[in-house]
Amino acid sequence: MSVELPLVRIEGVGFWASRLPGWGIARAVMRDEQSAPDAARSRPTPTLLAPTERRRAPDTVAIALEVASQACAAANRKPAELSSVFASTHGDLAISDYLCATLAETPALISPVKFHNSVHNAAAGYWSIGVGSHAPYTALSAFESTFAAGLLEAATQAVCDDRPVLYVAFDIEAKGPLSTVTPSCGLLGAALVLAPCEASGGATSGAERSGAAHATRLALQVEAGADPRTDMLGTDVVSTIATTPARSAAAAAVSGNAMAACLPFFEALASERSGEVLLQLNRNAALRSRLIFP
Amino acid sequence: MAIRPLRIAAYTLCSAAGDGREQTLRALRERRGGLQPNDFGPQPLSTWIGRVAGLEQQPLPRRHETWDCRNNRLAWRGLNTDGFIDAVQRARARYGAHRVAVLVGTSTSSIGASEEAYARLEPDGRYPADLRRPIVHTPHSLGDFVQHALGLTGPSMTIATACSSSAKVFAQAERFMRAGLVDAAVVGGVDSLCGSILFGFNSLELVSPELCRPCDVARRGINLGEAAGFALLERDAASGPWLIGHGESSDAHHMSTPHPEGLGARVALMDALARAGIAAADVDYINLHGTASAKNDEVEARLVAELFPADTVASSTKGWTGHTLGAAGIVEAAISLLALEHGLMPGTLNAATLDPACGPQIRRENVEGNCRRALSFSFGFGGSNCVLAFARGDAL
Repeated sequence: MSVELPLVRIEGVGFWASRLPGWGIARAVMRDEQSAPDAARSRPTPTLLAPTERRRAPDTVAIALEVASQACAAANRKPAELSSVFASTHGDLAISDYLCATLAETPALISPVKFHNSVHNAAAGYWSIGVGSHAPYTALSAFESTFAAGLLEAATQAVCDDRPVLYVAFDIEAKGPLSTVTPSCGLLGAALVLAPCEASGGATSGAERSGAAHATRLALQVEAGADPRTDMLGTDVVSTIATTPARSAAAAAVSGNAMAACLPFFEALASERSGEVLLQLNRNAALRSRLIFP
Repeated sequence: MAIRPLRIAAYTLCSAAGDGREQTLRALRERRGGLQPNDFGPQPLSTWIGRVAGLEQQPLPRRHETWDCRNNRLAWRGLNTDGFIDAVQRARARYGAHRVAVLVGTSTSSIGASEEAYARLEPDGRYPADLRRPIVHTPHSLGDFVQHALGLTGPSMTIATACSSSAKVFAQAERFMRAGLVDAAVVGGVDSLCGSILFGFNSLELVSPELCRPCDVARRGINLGEAAGFALLERDAASGPWLIGHGESSDAHHMSTPHPEGLGARVALMDALARAGIAAADVDYINLHGTASAKNDEVEARLVAELFPADTVASSTKGWTGHTLGAAGIVEAAISLLALEHGLMPGTLNAATLDPACGPQIRRENVEGNCRRALSFSFGFGGSNCVLAFARGDAL
């Protein structure tokens, strides 16, 4: 039996892509109200960091902090009060390229700053430092299913710990030889603030929060495909799941980024029509995401 | 706030200290560490490492060759130890493949395979043909391999929060089961030696040129190690020790240095005790993070000295295994479970003169005794902290 998680409220949304710089424009393009600009923006400035750190912050940190800040502002939540889940398919592809190239030539010359920025939780770490949060964060990857995996983890935390959770998903552009096996173009970040529907969920109670009654709600359910046809330790399982495709003109503007699989979810959010999105959770399972608009 | 305890139906570990529980227990008992002078890679740094022997000669079976790389070979070795695969097979038959999650931690996953590709690129700059396998050049290489190898189809993710990764998966699994998403979870972690971590930690001046000496006044830094470990958590198992609590927090201080007063560590510890419904005095053994870096051990020692009674036994076991990074959480959880099971609370190998910050809790010598409840500390880069609490069945 697959269990549906208790409903969570979507309190805030953040979105930034090289050709869709902000949820406002992204939403409009997804709603077919305007076309995506042709020119790509340079990356957002991570204003949360000290001025000296902004320039040398990696792209992963810049994009993640941008959408995280947007979502918290939209939710009218104090960032330091939120637990957070950071999901990225490949992490910092540019630093991975740098590390591998330097190791092949002059391993003793590795930059200590690049090394500590190479960890998958760098964006989460800079976020927690920037907003001064002692709340837990996590950082994860699930290859092609990273967006759905992170969404499931964030919603589970919100309902289990009865507190609002910031969810941030991002990938950046691949560099060098690594880009031939892990292709990813441009920057794409997306964020949500999720809060439990039932209880208070943090410092401000649900009843006190303006507009809480009008919030978009989300129900998640893990949908199993057929059991793998092969035995334990046998050959590959056959995918038996169907997923919702991206439909809007925004798809072309983010295609090629490793996090583009998040798009159908944000198209559904932009549509403001209640409905379901099926996201791939792995080769043999989907995440059924039911969006309920007031 | 307290959680319903979960049973650990099976667990295993594989590190430089030994393959499996029995070898590890013997190495702990006989005070035989697994560290050796560094011989990894073409230009080995002058340090010591915890290397798992034989991986070079142990490719994955043909049916798993898409995932073949050092990290997944080590994962496979761990899965094949202590009858772990059989235990998972029983859980799969009982609950269904889609009701068992795979939640595993790592710091660098199989980046060693990417490093190897860069070292022998084709003249046109592309990867060599044998390494054009996207799955081994991405962090989820580990989780995807483990799920595939075990024939599971539930939620699967790879957690990468540096040195807390494979501790945090226990907390995540507990939430997934509490929410009813799954009935069982394979948790664990694998990290393997690679150039990135050896030269990376060296660039931060955290690598010791000599054998690491956790908690020693003259410690000079860490020894890197590799390891695999797994545990099977079940909502409803017949036997096994218990996960009774978990606590997580962030330092919000610095990317590669712990908070000077151990603020985040304290928050995680208090959270774990609260969820376990126990007091500090109820804890018999603490497996410290104890990396042998100057800062970590000092901060941790002060925290333990302040909060625990003198008869709590605390130690770092990194003198046996080295710092296995993303695998440290599961390795030290497994050692804590061995302590519960066998009453062997290991001391701190290679510590000659304890740092003055250490209270009476931190022991150099092994202690044999009644160990009913144990904590495992994991504190990582980016200020990510996790504390796990385990108990024997008679101490719930």
